[in-house]
This record gives sequence, structure tokens and C-alpha cells, in this order.
Amino acid sequence: MTMIDTTRPAVRTATAAPIGAARLIGAGTGPDLQSHLARLGPLPTGPLRAAALITMTEAVGLAGRGGGGFPTSRKIAGIAASRRSSVLVINACEGDPTAMKDAMVIGRSPHLVLDGAITVAQAIGAGRVVLASHRGSDSARFLADALLERGSAAKRMKVVTVPARFVASEASSLVNYLNNGDARPSGRLAPIWESGVDARPTMVLNAETVSHIGLLARFGADWFRSVGSIDEPGTALVTVNGAVRRPGVVEVANGTSIGDILRLAGSAPAGWALIGGLAGRWADLATIADVPFTTAALRSNGLTKGVASISVIGEGGCVLNQAARVLDYLAAASAGQCGPCMFGLPAIAADMRALMKGDSAALDRLRRRLPVVKGRGGCAHPDGAVAFAASTLGVLTGPESGHLRRHLAAGPCPERGSDIPLVKVGH
Amino acid sequence: MAKQLALIVDPIGCRAHGLCAQELPEAIVLDEWGYPILAAGPIPPHLLRRAKTAAAACPVLALKLTRAG
Repeated sequence: MTMIDTTRPAVRTATAAPIGAARLIGAGTGPDLQSHLARLGPLPTGPLRAAALITMTEAVGLAGRGGGGFPTSRKIAGIAASRRSSVLVINACEGDPTAMKDAMVIGRSPHLVLDGAITVAQAIGAGRVVLASHRGSDSARFLADALLERGSAAKRMKVVTVPARFVASEASSLVNYLNNGDARPSGRLAPIWESGVDARPTMVLNAETVSHIGLLARFGADWFRSVGSIDEPGTALVTVNGAVRRPGVVEVANGTSIGDILRLAGSAPAGWALIGGLAGRWADLATIADVPFTTAALRSNGLTKGVASISVIGEGGCVLNQAARVLDYLAAASAGQCGPCMFGLPAIAADMRALMKGDSAALDRLRRRLPVVKGRGGCAHPDGAVAFAASTLGVLTGPESGHLRRHLAAGPCPERGSDIPLVKVGH
Repeated sequence: MAKQLALIVDPIGCRAHGLCAQELPEAIVLDEWGYPILAAGPIPPHLLRRAKTAAAACPVLALKLTRAG
């Protein structure tokens, strides 16, 4: 079935596939349809069938770029198996304040996001496409403007803005909001791929993920694999911020080392950084400079790619001070529905703050509370906070144990690093 | 093979009444805020009857017995 007409080209030019790692946000990108078509040409006429899209996304190992990292081919296969008309939700919220990569691809290439969404919607026979973004965000405006340019070709797509809260962009929160205006997670008991928006099978894909599909549909799997590593072909958007000379979003071939990513941001890899967002892990940049920034390599080093952000606090930064700030934020961001999250996160945040002020008993309380809270919420929010807190304790009882002793002896330290970003620009 | 059952709690529905832990202390303990922590895995056969009682005791129907696995 055809849901949305493939965009007819305004200008028909033989367009070459992008060369190198500048695929999503490189030179020639712009928010308007004309520069989009001039750079990439139109989507191929004749939509991809579900089987072809599944084969293609599997061949290039595409995995969700919103933080979950779930194989996109399996998601598509699951929803395509249903005979009922489905709903495709593009998650353009990017709730984690350390990341701005989705905002970047949407600002530079909103039409590529639409192309990816159209490709998937046609393949799975989605009757509706929802582009979900935070209320008042730049992303919401770019997507709405891009939809206007598409005219009637985009009549089954619409932008829906959701409250700009961290947990509001969790997949089941989005579905809940679209159903009843309540942007809180609905728990794990009703899978959205069976019963999501309007009780229809629903698939939520991240904005960067579908942008890659917009290119894959044009240029194919061999082109996609021409950069990147064997296991994780293609490129990735990485947000680098904090104590670096040129903070921002870079697009790199998968497999690029953390050190090289830092150098793209104008700085040598040094000091502590939070990798993967607020549910991420701390890493000493000097010791992991050679580690490729891929899901597999990060995991085998005890790290997580998460939302693909690197927030550098630098050599003068204090992991403990920052952890107390981040946990206060995560506790306040709880949707307040599940007891272990509603009461557990404030308790953990208070413990971390007490430890920062020199309360040695707080260390035991944290060790007791973290495993109790883990896995007991309706969404992954408390698990992310627990993993972050555990990573902090790992650093403070390992390589920074000297610094922890200093806190226990003398209380808060005079920190000279950069803060982990907790407020978003453009939101 | 006899079908195995396990307890699950709907964390959003749960209001920390705590009645479940009174009915089945062998498999349910309460955390410091009064919310249940369930023993992992299937309910042993000799506890099944009281597990059903515990699920039925929940005033907000947040505790359920489901097939394990």
C-alpha cells in the first residue's frame, strides 16, 4: 500500500552519494527542500517493501541511535508481521540534556528525517506518522517547516510537541501522551508494538536512526558499509561538550577512537568525562583515548554508548560534585509514578550529596540502596540513574579513591572543571 | 511439565499497601519505602496457594501471577 507519495524532484540532477563521514550533517546540508534535493536527489521511486528494508538494515547492522541500541531490522520485522495498520512515531525529543545530535540532524537535514520516516512508513504500511519533539524546541519548528514544504505528500505526517521533560521522551511516555495527553511512561506490561497509539501496533524510531534510513534507501547497503567498522558500518553523530575547545556535534565513521573525536572538538583527551548521557558511565579520557566509539568497544571497556555524548569535566573537575548535581536532576525528572523511583532516586541523590560533604556512612547507604532500586520502575529511568551512581562509586573507590578520602576528611572540594550540561539550548 | 507461575508487580499501580508481604513473606519483602521486592523465578509449588492469596489481597490489583519465563 502507498501511504505517502514519494517526493518528486524539483530539479532532476544526477546526484552522487556522499563521500566520507559527512553524511547527515555535512557540507551542502540545509533545512530547506531545495538544498536537500540538490545534495541527495529524491528518494527512489517505488517504495521499499518491508522485506527489503529488513534485509538492508540488517546488512548494515543499523541499531537505534536514541540510546537503546536495539537492532532496527528486528523492530521493523516485528511491526511488519502485524496485519493491522500501524503507527510510526519518530522520536525527535532528545530528552537527555547532554545530547544535541538529533537537534543537529533535524536542523541541518530535516528532509532527510522525513525521507527516512516515509521509507519506513511505506515499508510497514503505517497509516500515520507522528514526529514527536519537545514543545517550543527548534526541532519542532524545523520539522513543521519541512512538512509544510512537502505539501500534500506529507498529509499523513504531523508534528506533535510534547512537554519538555526528560522522561516525557521515553517511548511509552510518547505513546501515552499521544493517546491521552499524559506524557508519563505506561510501564512494561503493555508492549507498544502490539498496542500503542490508538491501540494500534506502534513503532518508535529515533530521528538519527531514520536519517540513516533516508540515505540507505537512496544509496544502498554497499555504500552504507563503505565507511565505518566491519561490525558497525556507517557513521554516528556524537555530541561533545564541557571542557573542550570546540563543543558541538561531530559526525564520525563508526570505529573512530575517542581520542580522535576529542581532537575534532579541538582538545586532547584528558580528565574525566561522562560518556553516553546521564544514564552513562564515567571514563578517564587519557586511558581510553584509543578505544573506538562503537557500541561493542565501549561495552567491552565497561562503558555504554547511550545517547552518544561525551561530556568532559576536565582535569580540574570533580566526579563526586558532578554526580550529586546529575542525580538531583534525575531525581527531579522522575515521573513520580513508581515508588522505587519516586523515593529511591531522591534518597540516592541525597546520599551522593552527603558523600560529597564528607559523610562516610553515605557510601554504605548507596551500596545498599542502588541494587534495591535497580529494575523496579515501570521504565528504565531509575535503572539509568542507578548505573550512573554505581559508575560514580566505581571511580571514587578506584582511581579517585584519594580524592574521595579528601572529601571524607574536608568536605566539598573547590572544583575547577566544567559542569555536565543539565539545561538544553534551543529548548 | 507443570506450568510454572511467577509473581510480577505493576510498579505504576503499586501504592505500597504492603498486604502482599504479610501474606507471603517467604517471597515478598518490602523495601524501606514500603514497596514490594519479589523473589526471582517461579513460585515453589508449596507456596502457590498463598501467592494467589497475596495477589488477591492487593487493594489496587498491582500484583499478578503470570506464567514464568
